[in-house]
Order: sequence, then structure tokens, then C-alpha cells
Amino acid sequence: MKEKVAIVGAGFTSLRPVSPEASFRELIFEAAVRAYEDAGLTPQDVDSFVSIGEDYQDGTCIMDEYTPDQLGAVQRPVHTISGDGVAGLGVAWMLIQTGQFRVVVLEGHSKASNVRHPAHVEAMALDPSFARVHGWHPSFVAGLEMRRYLHETGTTEEQVARVAVKNKYNALKNPIAAYPARLSAEQVLGSRPVAEPLRELEMAPTADGAFVFVLAAGSELERCQGRPVFVDSVAWISDTCNLPTRDWSRAVYTEKAAAQAYQLARIREPQSAFSFAEIDDTFAYKELQHLEALGLAERGAAGRRVEEGFFDADGPLPVNVSGGALGCGHLFEANPLRGLLEAVLQLRGQAGPRQVPRARRGLICSWRSVPTATGGVAVLSRRK
Amino acid sequence: MQKVAVLGAGMTRFVRRSLETGRELCWEAASAALEDAGLTLEDIDCVVLTSAPDAFDGVHMKTEYLLDGAGAKGKPMVRPYVGGGSGVMAANAGWYHVASGRFRTCLVVAEERMSPTQPHPQGAFNAIYDQFTERPLGVNLLWIFSLEMMRYMQVYDIPLETIAKVAVKNKRNALGHPASQLGAELTVEEVLKSEVMAYPVMRLMVSPVTDGAVALVLANEKFARRKGRKHVWVEGVGWALDTSYWTNRDLCYPEYVEKAALAAYKMAGITNPREEIHVAEPYDPFAYKELHHLEGLQLADKGQAPRLLEQGFWDRDTTTGIPASPSGGLLGVGNPIAAAALMKVAEIYWQLSGKAGERQVRRNVKRGLAQAWGDLMQVGTVIILGV
Repeated sequence: MKEKVAIVGAGFTSLRPVSPEASFRELIFEAAVRAYEDAGLTPQDVDSFVSIGEDYQDGTCIMDEYTPDQLGAVQRPVHTISGDGVAGLGVAWMLIQTGQFRVVVLEGHSKASNVRHPAHVEAMALDPSFARVHGWHPSFVAGLEMRRYLHETGTTEEQVARVAVKNKYNALKNPIAAYPARLSAEQVLGSRPVAEPLRELEMAPTADGAFVFVLAAGSELERCQGRPVFVDSVAWISDTCNLPTRDWSRAVYTEKAAAQAYQLARIREPQSAFSFAEIDDTFAYKELQHLEALGLAERGAAGRRVEEGFFDADGPLPVNVSGGALGCGHLFEANPLRGLLEAVLQLRGQAGPRQVPRARRGLICSWRSVPTATGGVAVLSRRK
Repeated sequence: MQKVAVLGAGMTRFVRRSLETGRELCWEAASAALEDAGLTLEDIDCVVLTSAPDAFDGVHMKTEYLLDGAGAKGKPMVRPYVGGGSGVMAANAGWYHVASGRFRTCLVVAEERMSPTQPHPQGAFNAIYDQFTERPLGVNLLWIFSLEMMRYMQVYDIPLETIAKVAVKNKRNALGHPASQLGAELTVEEVLKSEVMAYPVMRLMVSPVTDGAVALVLANEKFARRKGRKHVWVEGVGWALDTSYWTNRDLCYPEYVEKAALAAYKMAGITNPREEIHVAEPYDPFAYKELHHLEGLQLADKGQAPRLLEQGFWDRDTTTGIPASPSGGLLGVGNPIAAAALMKVAEIYWQLSGKAGERQVRRNVKRGLAQAWGDLMQVGTVIILGV
């Protein structure tokens, strides 16, 4: 792996609860045009295209069919990864490392507003014989996991609520965020219980949006105009989603993915390695669980650190300065691409009022939501 | 770039209704492939696991559900997904996992269970069409194929009898396949007299509804050499996706297959595929598709694949032609969508390593090709293996 890989173009739409004026293909087109402009390239300069998505979320059987036109990729090498944005980033990274592809495009989107009841889709991911037959709301998996996490770590419900307060507050400074808010922990704790102890304001509501990134091999950077942000490492791990045999309190997939990502990026002390981190917070407690799995907080200490303001936008390690999924909206598989966009903007110094000073290296951490135990970790940096 | 070797392959029987769950099918194929390669799961660094639409099993994020059976628990797992082309794309994805230098070994698994779809999987296929302009017409795959087949026959003046011969050839080839669902000795008349599905598509020209799984083990050169045997190598890969607006294309020729094939030939350094490819597994979900794809693969001129068929050029025991679908293909062995295409890659591996048993082609083979196709008559995926 001698070749460096950099993101040279980023395009995105704003994230909104509904987008009735545009189809998902039009959302992708908007993001694609911006990404190519940002990179100073055209689709003809691209050697391979990777899109991410899942059939049921798009409401199309074989959603891969509808990926090429809006990317300018007709009769070109395009393929879909049914996985999250970090897995897609990993695939783009591997394609460049083979030496056969110099410039690769990565696309991800959400048109969640087309889905009348996202929970009905999530329920279809449960084991059809042993778990789905109960007919429970799929968030029970998150409720059980949160309960076990609180029990084993001594984290309090108020500390979890503070994650939601922090992220929705951070989103006030992000112009593309769908759900910014100034809330108190009491308001979060007073919201409707969905699967106790999990409450409504601790769950990311869905949003629509699209992201397109242009990646290039290190040796190709001269012909790209966008300021490069380097992908130092990517790792992704799947653990079992089988309810009786899974781990209920730890994010084992993040622990394993972090170990691989840190090794590839030669990071020995993660606690002091990053200027910021964008960490999956589809449910508020997941941010704490992931922080501990990443080694960014001791086991059982993440909740206290949130209370102390350690992970605030102006704290020692800003976590989800973009607003996270809680503040920006849940974008299904594209969630980590929102984090990736934030990393690109922060490392280029283009994050405006939420710019982290002297940002030099960032981390993104993903999870594919219930009922899975699959997620990834990526390390990004600006030119050293 | 790391060289990538195929160390082993395995598959389940292809059947209409498996009693095994999807996880169990994955386990059976993966175990057989690991055993063939002489490896255990500890030797595997990552897994590529694929399956065509989630709608068949009715399981959202299907590979998350299947991953325990495929040995992916606790490992990096990726699902490449290009509809019917997913099986060959999975092998291509396995290639880039290893060729990138990121992983030493990769277990590639493709699974499909179509039997859970009631009353028939064609119902799920309605949802592959555009939700506004096409789905309301109640279209399924047979309709679109009858359009394409008609166009192909009309442009190149191909008689229906010739196309029926593809079904006869492939179902006969499948008689030698221990996993086959529909191996049979048929006549052209029997094929032509079978039920009309959507004219000119007859029942015996259509691949069946099938459950099954297939697996391959890939490794980098250093790992493969340590195993110290003669190896089959991945020499080229290619894939291309055409526009979603299939109604705007001339269906008589698959340009996407041509693009995918040319990319794979370039990577493998092949300039004259008709001389340098010795055995082929073109995708044959419908009888005419095999001929259509052989032309897209540049193994025959446009409209000439049917004439070569009449001369026996694609027969398994040919000594001067290129054996096509020696396995029996989808028409004979069966068509568990994603798994069927990976079966084609496995067949090339078995042919090149001399392990094809009764199905071993007569001519000496050093290089072979497998191809799949999918989405809305839209994607071509190609892999070239060589010794």
C-alpha cells in the first residue's frame, strides 16, 4: 500500500426532513455537480464509481439500477455496495490501491421521506424465524442494548440525554442540519419513551440528502484543483446481529475496526491523536459506547466526560461538531458520509462558524443501525 | 498490484426449495471452498458476501443476517450488489480486496434463496422497474426478455429453433453436474413445444427458480505460493453499468458487456479473445442471452453466435471452438441469482485446474472467462482466470 489516497472533491445537498421537489436521483445530481466542480474534474476523468445503499430503504428492488445516469457514469464501471459510507470509502480506497483506478467517485444518499414507516423497514432486518415474529418495534434492540450499557458502565440516563443536548446544539451552527435545537437535559428526559430507557429525543429523526466525493491517488493530485484531504486508513468490521449471541453492552465491531484503523495510520495514543471526531449517534447512548470502543474515553467514563464538556465544540476533543445524526438527521447508510463531509470541511478550514482551530487529523466512526453490529472507522488528515 | 490466486471453490446443490436456511447454505458452500483450499477460517482476512435482491428472502440488509453462516463474524465484510451480475462482481470485489494489498486472503460467498417469495419470485421483479412509468403496467422480467429476444431475432434474422438449441446444449451439459437441478436430455421440438411464457420465450428456454450458495477462496501470491501448488490466477476483471433508461437503448446488442469485457481483456493483456480465451461461461438465464452475451464478449461477430452454435463451436467436446457453459449454466444447473453467477466463476476454476470431472472440456485450456449480467438489462461483469 504505497499509494496515498486523497479526497479531492466533495459535493452535498442540504439535509431536510422532506424534499418533495426533488427525486433521489435529482438530489444525487445536485451533489455530483458540486463534487466535480470542487475537484475541477469531469465524469470522463473518473475511472470507477461506487454507490452505497440498500434496496428496502430506497423502495426499489435492485436499487443499483438507478445509480449511473445522475453521476455521469453511463456505460462506465459502477457498482453498489450494500453497506454504510465507511465500507464504501474502504472500497474506493482499495480500488485506488490496486493501481488499476486512479480517480474514484463515492456516492451515498437518503430519501427517507419516501418511507412512510422506517421502523417497518428496520423490522425486516430482524431474523425472520426467531426475532421478527414477535412483532415488536425494532427499536427494542436499541432499548435493550442501552439498558445493558448503562448497567455495566454506571452511565446515567442524564449523561445520555446530554449527548442529545450537545449534538442538537452543535447543529445550530451547521447550515445543512435538519434538526438543530437548543434543549435542556430535562426536556430530553421528559420526551416520550420509545423502548425504555430510550427516549424519542435520543433517537435521530430521518432526513433526506445526498453526498458525492471524488477520490484520487496521491500521484494524480496535480490535475485536481480541490484541496486534498488524505484518507490515512479505513477499516470496517461486521459482528453478528443474531440477538441471542451478540454482545449487548460493548461495540465490539468498533473496537476491532479501530484497532485496524489505528495500526494502518500508525496511531498509538488515540486520546491525543485527533483534532475532532464524527461518531455515530443514531441513538444518543451509541455515541458514548462508540467513544469508549474507540479508546477516546475509558470504559464507563464517556458519559462523565460529556457532562464535563470534554467533547463540546470548544472542548479538548470536539465530537460531532457537525451536529451528528441527532442534529443533522438520520440518513441511513449515508450517515458516515455526513461525517466524512464534516471531516473534509474541517481539515480544509472551510467549516465556517463551527471551525475547529488548527484541525489536522480527524476520525469518523459508523454503525449500520439496528439490528446490526456492523460499523467502520476512518482516519483523515490534511497534508503534514 | 498484488497477483490474486483462486485457491478453492465449493457449492451446495441447486434445488427448487432448500430445507436449509440461507445461513446454512452459506456455511455449506464456504466450508466446501475452505476444505478445497486446505484452509480454515483463521486463515481468512476478510469476506465478500453477496446475494441479489433482499425481496426474495424478505430480509432487509440480507448479508448482515447471513454473515454468521459465511464465516464473516468479527471480520471485514462487504456486499457488492449489481443485481444478477452480483455473483461475478463478488469475485471481482474479492480480487480488489486482495490486489489492493489490504488483505492476504478473501472468502467470497454468494447465496440466494428464491423459494421464500410467494407465490412466485416474478412478483418481486415488478419492483425493479421505475416506480412511476413502468411498475403500474404490471411488467415482470419475462416481458422485458421477450422484447429483447424478439429484437435480437429480428435484427440478425435468427430462427427460434437455433435459440432452442442453447437450452438443449446447456441442459445436456448439466447432466454431468452433481449439483444440477435441471439436467436433461431434450430435443429442439420439446423445447419449442413447451409452454409459451411471453412469446417468443418458452418455459424450457427460461432458467428455473432455485436456492443455493457458492463460495471461492482468493489469496495473494505470497500466501498462494506458500501453499505450493499449481494455481489458477485472476488475470482480468471488468464491469460496466448502462443507463437506467433501458427503453432508450437498442436491445439487439449488449454494449455494457462489451465495455466490461474490453476492460477485462486490457487488464489481462488479451488482444485477440477468440484465440486467447479457451473456455467461457457466459450468463444464460434465458437461452438467447447466452448468444447475445457471447457477441458482447467479442467471442463472435454481431449476429454470428447462433451460426457458430449450429456448427457446434460452443459445444463442450469441441476441439476447435470455445466451449460455452460447460457446467450446464443457469438453464441446466439452476439459477439462484447471485450464486449462479459465482458458480460460473467456480466452473472456470474447476476447468482450468482439471477438476471438472465428467464436465471437463476436451480441448486443452489455459485461460477462461465467466460473465454475468443484471439490473435492467444493464450491467455486465466479467472475470478472466488463467493458469
